[in-house]
Amino acid sequence: MPQVANRPQYPTDHPSVPVRFAVGDRVRVRKTYPLGHIRTPYYIRGHAGVVERLCGNYPVPEELAQMRSGLPAQPLYRVRFLQREVWPDYAGRAEDVVEIEIFQHWLEPLSA
Amino acid sequence: MIERSHHDRGGLPGGKVERSEHDYAEWERRVDALMMLLSGVKGGRKLMTVDELRKNIEAIGPEAYDRMSYYERWITSITQTMIQRGVITTDELGRKMEQIRARPGDPCRK
Repeated sequence: MPQVANRPQYPTDHPSVPVRFAVGDRVRVRKTYPLGHIRTPYYIRGHAGVVERLCGNYPVPEELAQMRSGLPAQPLYRVRFLQREVWPDYAGRAEDVVEIEIFQHWLEPLSA
Repeated sequence: MIERSHHDRGGLPGGKVERSEHDYAEWERRVDALMMLLSGVKGGRKLMTVDELRKNIEAIGPEAYDRMSYYERWITSITQTMIQRGVITTDELGRKMEQIRARPGDPCRK
């Protein structure tokens, strides 16, 4: 992974809840709209995708933003979505994807 | 209830993308340095997290959010966070701003 000079590198070995999903698992993003500092984009909530990789375990930003520890950490996944499933009027290639990093507590299992 | 926050714009029309690079003003560099120091990435005390920076940027009202530049949002948020954490008080900040405005030749003087 390319490293940007003078920018912090974050450790990924925090005490974490158990990892629930594996690469290739189908997941759905929870469709909920609470208040607070939320890293899950509005437009992807409710959509189904596939786990592309596990990025590590990180303290929860929703809690860190409120001066709390964010522990136990949550696994963070890169999830792959088909563009044409996200945007009804998508005009690009059928196989185009968008990848978004989403915390485990925002994901639900989806049977293939 | 606010379902979609003003900053959460994915999929909305965003206008033209400005692709040219620009130099940062000295005050912008200082704001960036201030954030690095306060978040403890250079060692020393950790007085805020990047998540608080983002939360307080998102808390800026929509009109002000659109009007402000990138680092104007940052310094607004950093200041708000320092007040929330009790590192500075609103009264201290107000008095310091008065003092600086009173400096002869200061462009902020009113």
